[in-house]
Amino acid sequence: MVLDPQGVAVENSLIALGYKNVHKVRVGKYIELILTAENREDAAIQVEEMARRLLSNPVIEDFSCTLQEAGV
Amino acid sequence: MKFGVIVFPGSNCDLDVYYLVRDILKKEVEYIRHDAKTIGHSDLIILPGGFSYGDYLRSGAIARFSPIMAAVADFAAHGGLVLGICNGFQVLTEAGMLPGALYRNNHRQFRCEQVYIRVENAKLPFTGAAKRGDLLKLPIAHGDGNYYVPPDQLTELETNGQIIFRYTDQNGAVKAEANPNGSLGNIAGACNRAGNVAGLMPHPERAGTNALGSEDGLVIFNSIISYLQSREVA
Repeated sequence: MVLDPQGVAVENSLIALGYKNVHKVRVGKYIELILTAENREDAAIQVEEMARRLLSNPVIEDFSCTLQEAGV
Repeated sequence: MKFGVIVFPGSNCDLDVYYLVRDILKKEVEYIRHDAKTIGHSDLIILPGGFSYGDYLRSGAIARFSPIMAAVADFAAHGGLVLGICNGFQVLTEAGMLPGALYRNNHRQFRCEQVYIRVENAKLPFTGAAKRGDLLKLPIAHGDGNYYVPPDQLTELETNGQIIFRYTDQNGAVKAEANPNGSLGNIAGACNRAGNVAGLMPHPERAGTNALGSEDGLVIFNSIISYLQSREVA
């Protein structure tokens, strides 16, 4: 796992605030997007492909996706 | 002999490269827009420094899908020389044309200073005018220069001579204090397996005249010119 400089800064700050139980902080990205799909499976396939190709860099990042049905 | 400089929205060292090639090296040079489909008749492609597409998402992540990048990849696949400087290096790693990735400097600061890099492989088109172990004094200006490659791949890069430059102190010693960004193994520049695509974080194009503090950057450009000339003769 690569060093996360932002996570270290936040971790140090939390510890300075007195949260002595904190051992590891990692800062990531949260990307929200709306898309049209035939069904959940189709949506998952589309999103995972986007995550693999552009939204994440596999050399330094991992990703996970969650789906939620939007109102029509 | 013609140099081609790719211009992405947000590139800002394109002019530095253009100036160096035209006014100091006295060679032909042209800009190639990010939305062009072909690279024209260039013998060498340079991806310049800057903040392409605002470096949104990750440095170089969006630029690497620019229309011109398919032509650049095709040119490289046929043996063409491609050099990525700073943001250009980031674009090439994002595109998978170079190994590894460049992420946030370990100290979180943007660093703008002079550094020393040591030539680790002098048998490449980009370093032929140097000797192994030569030191170059070059400027850096980046926030995302922390080079990372998985451990197994690092061994492979070292074995294949794909690590071109490492940050050192002024005596040529690879030390943690001489590392401006936390880069693995003090790596400042790397190339692909074939040796025709290379990238580095320091700016050789901003070190082409002593008026700017150093002319060590010319070593890289003169290497490229000699290589292209020998290829023309052959």
